[in-house]
Amino acid sequence: MTATRLSSGGSSIDRSRPVSFSFDGRKLQGFEGDTIASALLASDVAVVGRSFKYHRPRGIWGAGVEEPNALVDVGGSVARTPNTRATTELVLDGMIAKSVNASPNAAVDRNAFIDRFSRFIPAAFYYKTFMWPDWHLFEPRIRAVAGLGEVDARWQSPAAAADQINRHCDVLVVGAGPAGLAAAKLAASAGQSVILVDDQHEPGGSLNHRTGEIDGRPATAWAAETIGALSATGHTVLPSTTAFGIYDHNLVGLNQRHGDGRPDTLWRVRPRRIVLATGAIERPLPFANNDLPGIMSADAALVYLRRFAVLVGRRVVVATNNDSAYEVARALAEAGADVTLVDSRKDGTPAVPEGVSLTAGRRVAAARGKMRVEGAVLDEGTLLDADCLVVSGGWTPTIHLFCQARGKLAWSEAQAAFLPGDPVEGMAVAGAAAGAVSLSGVFESAAKAMPGATAAPRSTGVEATGGILAAWPIPDARGRVWIDYQNDVTAKDVELAARENFISVEHLKRYTTLGMATDQGKTSNLVGLALMGAVTGRTVPEVGTTTYRPPFTPVPLASFAGARGGELMSPVRRLPLENVHRARGAVFQEYGGWLRPAHYGGADADADCAIQDEAGRARQSVALFDGSTLGKIEVMGPKAAEFVDFIYYNTMSTLKPGRCRYGFMLSENGVVFDDGILVRLDEYRFVVSCSSSHVASVHARLEEWRQDRFGRDAVYVHNATSEMATLTVSGPNAKKLLATLGLGLSLDDADLPHMAMAEGMFATDPVRVARVSFTGDRSYEVSIRADRAEPLWARMHEAGMAFDAVTIGLEALMILRAEKGYIVIGKDTDGTTLPHDLGVDGPRAKRKGEYVGRRSLFTDVAMPGNRQQLVGLAVARGEEPLATGANAISREGGKLRSQGFVTSSYHSPTMGRPIALGLIERGAARHGEAVDIQHLGMVRRATITGPCAFDPSGERLNA
Amino acid sequence: MQLFHCPFCGTRDETEFHFGGEAGNIRPDGADVPADRWANYLYMRDNPKGAVREVWVHMNCGEFFVMERDSVGHEVVSSTSLDGAGHAR
Ligand SMILES: [Zn+2]
Repeated sequence: MTATRLSSGGSSIDRSRPVSFSFDGRKLQGFEGDTIASALLASDVAVVGRSFKYHRPRGIWGAGVEEPNALVDVGGSVARTPNTRATTELVLDGMIAKSVNASPNAAVDRNAFIDRFSRFIPAAFYYKTFMWPDWHLFEPRIRAVAGLGEVDARWQSPAAAADQINRHCDVLVVGAGPAGLAAAKLAASAGQSVILVDDQHEPGGSLNHRTGEIDGRPATAWAAETIGALSATGHTVLPSTTAFGIYDHNLVGLNQRHGDGRPDTLWRVRPRRIVLATGAIERPLPFANNDLPGIMSADAALVYLRRFAVLVGRRVVVATNNDSAYEVARALAEAGADVTLVDSRKDGTPAVPEGVSLTAGRRVAAARGKMRVEGAVLDEGTLLDADCLVVSGGWTPTIHLFCQARGKLAWSEAQAAFLPGDPVEGMAVAGAAAGAVSLSGVFESAAKAMPGATAAPRSTGVEATGGILAAWPIPDARGRVWIDYQNDVTAKDVELAARENFISVEHLKRYTTLGMATDQGKTSNLVGLALMGAVTGRTVPEVGTTTYRPPFTPVPLASFAGARGGELMSPVRRLPLENVHRARGAVFQEYGGWLRPAHYGGADADADCAIQDEAGRARQSVALFDGSTLGKIEVMGPKAAEFVDFIYYNTMSTLKPGRCRYGFMLSENGVVFDDGILVRLDEYRFVVSCSSSHVASVHARLEEWRQDRFGRDAVYVHNATSEMATLTVSGPNAKKLLATLGLGLSLDDADLPHMAMAEGMFATDPVRVARVSFTGDRSYEVSIRADRAEPLWARMHEAGMAFDAVTIGLEALMILRAEKGYIVIGKDTDGTTLPHDLGVDGPRAKRKGEYVGRRSLFTDVAMPGNRQQLVGLAVARGEEPLATGANAISREGGKLRSQGFVTSSYHSPTMGRPIALGLIERGAARHGEAVDIQHLGMVRRATITGPCAFDPSGERLNA
Repeated sequence: MQLFHCPFCGTRDETEFHFGGEAGNIRPDGADVPADRWANYLYMRDNPKGAVREVWVHMNCGEFFVMERDSVGHEVVSSTSLDGAGHAR
């Protein structure tokens, strides 16, 4: 036994509440408040995982987010979460934790043999070795052996979506250690609203385990009082919350963990001012075998002692190059350990703590041991017996967020660290993140971070004295010196990268994978680039750093997704009569963002029958159809007529009030963008009835031309699509059915001819009746307030009984319109189709006035020549319909060439044969010609015809 | 995530806006506009680095406006409603 739980102490644990959990199948005990790491240490579990590449045994290094080794897959009552840092996750009763990249477990790993071949598998070994014949042949096996945690295949997204919260505040303080608390306190006392976040479960930072006095109070008490006062005065204090990224205009992303199975909460905070009090991360020391279990950050050893009452060893060597480890040595000695302090500095070292022996001016050259540390060899050869080796290689300020905000770093040779350089607007850095090494220095920087602040807290306690003697890896040192624990990068890998000329810091990263693991090199980056500098004769700032990018620590994708999943991923638009259609057995499908009845009755296998039946019966008597999704965009104002003339390809200003006209809208590149009916209500008022799926884009287009070309006072545009329902009555008996509704308007063909509009009343509601047709039969579109549509629809069905009326869905309507050769934009056209390709050449040839897309109709490519034109395609009665999308092919010089393709294809129940539309080269001039249609290797013959297959003379419009 | 200023609604999140093109891309009218002039209008963009003038639309209210901003540092300098005279594009 080496690491032990002491019988008393531990500020973070509640000894009255024991918890049991399992690790790699072993039942273990801890206390409420323990992290997984502290509970494992308390049970003297030395090996907690296997390394990424070499399967080396690894132990707990740190006590916070920087942890490179102690990753566990955590399960229990909730789904398993891979690669959880054992140092930040609280242990829960019943929790099941499993080491990563180890089988069967971390203590006994059958792939441990790989380490013996390590010198044959340096950086980039896999890329160099498994090139031939194909990396993908080897990849699965390699991936099975290398890596970290496993994704749980049974994982399901939680029933509740992650909350997302947007907040503004005056000051956001990141980090609730001494600097953050002081800055928050100063901001609050200046009357500013404060959000204070800390990624630890217990805010307080170093005050939770370092001693000191602040304003005459013990540091821990001062921290608790400060946090209590902030909460009590309405400020927001968020523990277990990581500020993971800074985005444009000082947006800060926070991820809040709840620890009770609830999904994390994502906060988007827009502070006026950001104070980064993110502290610093202790670096390892470079010596051979510095990755052995039992080698730990000195600061972490103090955390485990003071907060969790875990003494990490009995015979402890404390190796350091700076003052911060002296308090650790003293505390360990006081707790009963034999402590030897090895300080690489000869002079200027602080007073040696009582009961500690100091070896000054010496470095640890190597660690001894196999599965855990057994001793330390000093550079002059002395072997120190030890069951734990705690190290401090200096402190790396946590400046990730500063750099994400495009802050530039400045190298401090004295502190052997990058510090924040020139300030970033709206942001200040305070405390250890800004290079402060003593409490008084921390408070000084906190006061500077809050300009105009009142008096900063005053501290008494341990003050730093000596400086730091940089401890970077020495090139060509003996043994294996680990730089990046998590991705298994050694000093030799960095030296290899330099030899192979991967000397740019970004190349170094990609070539060796230094800093690319889930910890993003929090303990290793600086050490790696210092070595690269030493090998290539450059200074650390000359080597530079890689780019800092969000997130600081991994954030669950569920946090970013929030409620945007399932039905809410891309919500459908719904018809006002949806429930009425459902009651009639409608089968719904999404069409262009709308959920609409595809057909009524006939689920799955019978769908085709139902559709054919609807389309067939629609021609016989009368059909009812819900066309509420059709656009109803009102255009009004003194220049409304001039406006629609410009918007449409067709001249529209000549339309008389009460009349309707079909027309195209083009893009500026001449391509047909939408088609539909324009209704003129009166001199200054039109209704644009655009395609259902184009309403938003047509509306945006109208607004753009209105605001940019015509002026807001000249035209007004209002999208009334969802305000009104449109119910269509179509077929030979449409007029008779409509007559029974008593709409109070004349249905006489002289008063209401085809392409005319009239207004009437249904009960107490005004209705608009437009006689336009998308079926080729006499049709009336009746529009009424959406919330009053239901009784009208019911009356239509009631009246329809006498006529054997049929309710049709969108699929039947598609057949009816295709029989007539009526197009659907985007289906029967593509991104190159010009209006004359559809046989509408009049405006192009004759219009004088300006309109959208006009000039593009006269370019070289727009000239008729070899363009694809809209045609019908006929096949013999009894054959299957052509495949939509199939190409019309020809052979030219032995090569297949596409002449166009089938755009719409159905079986027509009325005509008893297949019908199809297509875009075929020069098709308009080739009616009667046969063409080969190829689909999935099969070639069929079709005859090119005009687009309209049914009632070409249009008699049924007035039948 | 940037903050843009809609002249009608005020400062809002960038996700509420759509890009409408470079400002000052004035539309040449007529069927006889030289082909290269028309092609310039349709396809050629300066894509400058630094100070830019662009047309944006606030999708929530439908306001089109000219925004001056910096394409490197992302500072927003000004937002102006269109005057309807066709100078934006
Ligand atoms: Zn707006």
